[in-house]
Order: sequence, then C-alpha cells, then structure tokens
Amino acid sequence: MKFSIVAIAALAAAWAGTALAQAKDPTIAGIEKYREMLGDDNPAELYEARGEQAWKKKAGPKNVSLENCDLGLGPGVVKGAYAQTPRYFADVDRVMDMETRINWCRMTQQGISEADIRKRPFGSADKPSEIEDLLTYVVTASKGMTMNVPSNHPKERAAYELGQAVFHMRAGPYDFSCATCHGEDNLRIRLQELPNLTKSEDAKRAYIGWPAYRVSTSRVHTMQWRINDCFRQQRLPEPRYMSEAVNALITYMAQTGNGAEYKGPALKR
Amino acid sequence: MADPMKIRAQMKGDVTEVRVLMGHAMETGQRKDAAGKAIPAHFIQSMTVDVGGKRMVDAQIGTSISRNPVFGFKMKGAKAGDKVVVSWVDNKGDKRTDEATVA
Amino acid sequence: MTTYTKSPLTVALALGLTTVLLGGCATDRSAYNPSPDVIKNAMAAFKRDFDAKGSASLDRLNTDKLQDICNATNSKPSPDMAAVVEREQMAAIKLPADGNLLGDWKAGEKLAQSGRGMTWSDKTGIPNGGNCYNCHQLSPQELSYGTIGPSLLHFGKIRGNSPEIQKYTYSKIYNAKAYNACSAMPRFGHSSALTEAQIKDLVALLLDPQSPVNK
Repeated sequence: MKFSIVAIAALAAAWAGTALAQAKDPTIAGIEKYREMLGDDNPAELYEARGEQAWKKKAGPKNVSLENCDLGLGPGVVKGAYAQTPRYFADVDRVMDMETRINWCRMTQQGISEADIRKRPFGSADKPSEIEDLLTYVVTASKGMTMNVPSNHPKERAAYELGQAVFHMRAGPYDFSCATCHGEDNLRIRLQELPNLTKSEDAKRAYIGWPAYRVSTSRVHTMQWRINDCFRQQRLPEPRYMSEAVNALITYMAQTGNGAEYKGPALKR
Repeated sequence: MADPMKIRAQMKGDVTEVRVLMGHAMETGQRKDAAGKAIPAHFIQSMTVDVGGKRMVDAQIGTSISRNPVFGFKMKGAKAGDKVVVSWVDNKGDKRTDEATVA
Repeated sequence: MTTYTKSPLTVALALGLTTVLLGGCATDRSAYNPSPDVIKNAMAAFKRDFDAKGSASLDRLNTDKLQDICNATNSKPSPDMAAVVEREQMAAIKLPADGNLLGDWKAGEKLAQSGRGMTWSDKTGIPNGGNCYNCHQLSPQELSYGTIGPSLLHFGKIRGNSPEIQKYTYSKIYNAKAYNACSAMPRFGHSSALTEAQIKDLVALLLDPQSPVNK
C-alpha cells in the first residue's frame, strides 16, 4: 500500500506579528491564502464546544442549565435564534442583542449576579470568558441561515433610530463619530478596509463577520467587544456593556445589513 | 485539561483528507507578560495520526506553530469507516488523544 | 461678507429650520437627517450609558458648539453656517509666539507614524501621536496609509515653503475646522492633542524640501 502524506496547513505564529508595513497586495493576498488553507476550520470551534457544554451544564446559585433559556424562538430553541436578533423581548420590554439575552438568562435563570456578569465580559487568549464560549455556541447554531432581524415592533424601530443617531454623534477630543470612519465607501485606516455601515451591502458583509476569531489576538471577539473597541479608538469614554446605547448601535447595524447568509463565527487576521 | 481536538476525516475520491484543530497555548517562551517577566514556554512537541490502525503521521513540532493550530493531511490507502486517532504531547508532559471516523 | 455679521440667534434659527425641513421628508431609512429630538435622545444615551475609563473622562461627552452644529446637520452645514463656524474656529487658532513654524521633519515623520494617545488604554504621560498615516499618504516609502483624508505626498513640492504656506499648514493641523467646518480631521492644536512643538515638526514633514514627502 502506498501512503503519500502532505501537511497542508500549519499556522505559523509569525502571522500574529505580521507587520502591516508591506504593500497592500501581498498582505491581502497572504491573508486570503491563509484563509484558503484554513478552509472551514476555525479555532472558534473550540469556543463552540466549550459553550455547548456550558449551555447544558447546571450552574449558578440556582444550579440550573440554560436549556430553558428563551432566545426569542421559545424556551430552549437555539437553532436559528441568533439570525433573528437583536429583537424585542416582551418579558423585559426592551430590545436585546444575543449576548445581552444570554447574559439575561444567566442572571434570571441561573441566578448569577449582574456584577459577576459584568466583571469580565471580554476574556483573553489564555482565559476566554464564559459568555464568549456561550455566544459562540449559540451563533454557530444559526450557520447557513439568512439573517432575518425583525423591525416590526416600535421598540425595534426606536432602537434602530437611536443606534443611527449614536452612530453619527461626534464628540470627544478628536470630534469622531462611528460615521467618521464607517460612513463613506471605500475608505481605509492604514491598510485596513472600512465598511460603510450606513449602506446595506457593506453592513451585510460586516455584520456577519462577528463574532470572530482573530488570529492576531488568538481569541474570539464578540460584537459587544467590537463596539467597545470602536469607542476606545474614538477617544471616548467606555460604552457600558449590554447598555441601551450599545444594543441600539448593534440593532442599527443588524437592520441595515439584514438579509445576508450567516456563515458562522468569522476568522479574521 | 486541554480542550478536545476537532477532527474531520473525509474521503474525497480515493484521497482521505484529515483536518485537526487543537486547542493549545503554544507559548514560545519568548513573550513577556505585562510585568516584563518572560512567559514560560508551553508548546506541543510531538503529534501522531493513526488511520485504520496504521501510523500515518509522526511529527515533531515546535514554537513556530500558532496558538490553537490547525493541521491538514491528505493520504491514500485509507477508507470510509477507518478510525482516526490523533495524539499530542507537549513540553510539560500534558497530552491528549481524540478519535474520529473517516466519513 | 454678510455672513460674518450674522448673530448666533440667526444661526440657531437657520439650523432649526433646516432640520425641521429635512426631518419632514425622511422616507429613506439610510438617509440620516436627525431631528432635534433624535439628537437629544442620542446625547441622553451617551450621558446614561458611558463610563469614565483611563484618561477618557466623561467630560469628553460634552459637545462644543462646533460639534453640536455638525451633529445637527449630519456634518453638512449650510454654506452660511459653515462660514460662521469656520471664522470662529480660525479666530481661536494660536500661532507660536516665536514666529517660527518649521520644526524637525524627522521628528514629524515619527509623530505621523504614531497612532498612540488619548484612548482609555494609552498610558498617560506618553506624548500623543499624530495619527497622520491612519488617514493620509505622506512619505512615499510608507505604503501602509489610510484614505480617509487626501494624499499629502509632495505637499510642499506643490505649494512651496513660503511664510503664508507655513502659516496655512500650521493652522490647518491646529484646527482643520477653520477651513472646513465639519471636516473629519481632528483639531489637534485646539483640543491640545498635539503640542506646539509637535505641530511644528509636522509642518516640517509636509513642507521641508529635505522631507521625504517632497522628494
């Protein structure tokens, strides 16, 4: 019998430190080649596996699992739920994104305190946070589905309107708003291409790109984190995790970019 | 305890494609923490892949491999239903073995 | 010019009228024409949902008059309004007392490369960067440049290095809004993001014949 073995992908750590000070084309071509080598493999799957276990495990002061959590499609329904968020939840009378909703279940069903939830929402490569695992599990269950973010409820429309206004609000020492970088077509910061999030096509591509595993940080980042880091770069104070402002911004982007196929957690440089 | 590996093994014509995702820090020993102290090296040293009871890969790997690495192998001679067994051992002696079946 | 004599009240009235007119015919959801109520809600959300962190204190959410006008008009003020704003911003520019506007282009290049400063994760006490390459092309050897602002390659080669051009360049970096009311560019001197000496170094990077920008 003849065996021929070819190792086709080994991810070099050097990637993480790749300087951007190169010509655009080789850099982007390199990233594409790297994505191609990875194929469907994404280290976010490690988060998903942990998240599924955490979802089903009895935990918190009330020692219950999250299996009865209502993510919008009824108690316990995980499949497809992410594709229909952010949405209005009647039991809290507000619009929540999926990350906020899962945390709400952790608080109300498992009895975990809000302070504990807020302590460390964004983890590290060495120690991912529980919500990053749980969210990765939940979003992966909407893989292949069309984003169908509802906008019929008045509060869903109000969240869009507030999100749009927050998106355009200029403030701080640099007079920046989200729109300064994400309000026009075909702009770049350094070599990083910037989606125009006020337009459907760009917003579609951008929105389904989260949550994402970033090779440069070796971890999964959530949309709440993404918003947080944008305000950091705007030189503004920190938007509160799960707050109305952050959820409104996410709702604005989700409704603007509605209708794309969700391909599961993305892989980014 | 390390995360379980994700193993995919699929026939594509007469070629078997095996892809393995491992959860590991793959610390090089050259990075420093916030306090300026070197972070100790911690990386997978050896890896084996057995398919259908035959040793297909016996590899020594090191710190040039990224955190949470993905490996892919293409081989001839295996068939659907064969058991795939992947094992690794790191420099601290931690080890992990996971299995899948060729589909 | 007549616009220069308009009172703030006239400006406020003009502003109110514009937003009312625009707000009344907004059918396309992507077109953003905020009503005063929408702005008020967004401001309230800022005040309610943000926390001070590191150097990013809550007073950064207090918008000034220029920011208010840009916010009310989605950064598209009427020409009259823009003229008033630009005149006010221009009047607030402080030129260096020693009259020398040209610093060291090498220091300017380093400054242009640095995107550091004023975020909540930046250590305080470290000089802020100019962030120039984030948005502009400058020295030709640096290929990693952004496109939010225009290319500044050959900035001085095209314009020369006269006292007038030096003053213009210094003033533009000090306060870009003096030339374009709702420009995307920060007011680096006005907001004290950069020091006088730093702005001089950037002027040199743009104008010095020895600077790679002009080679």
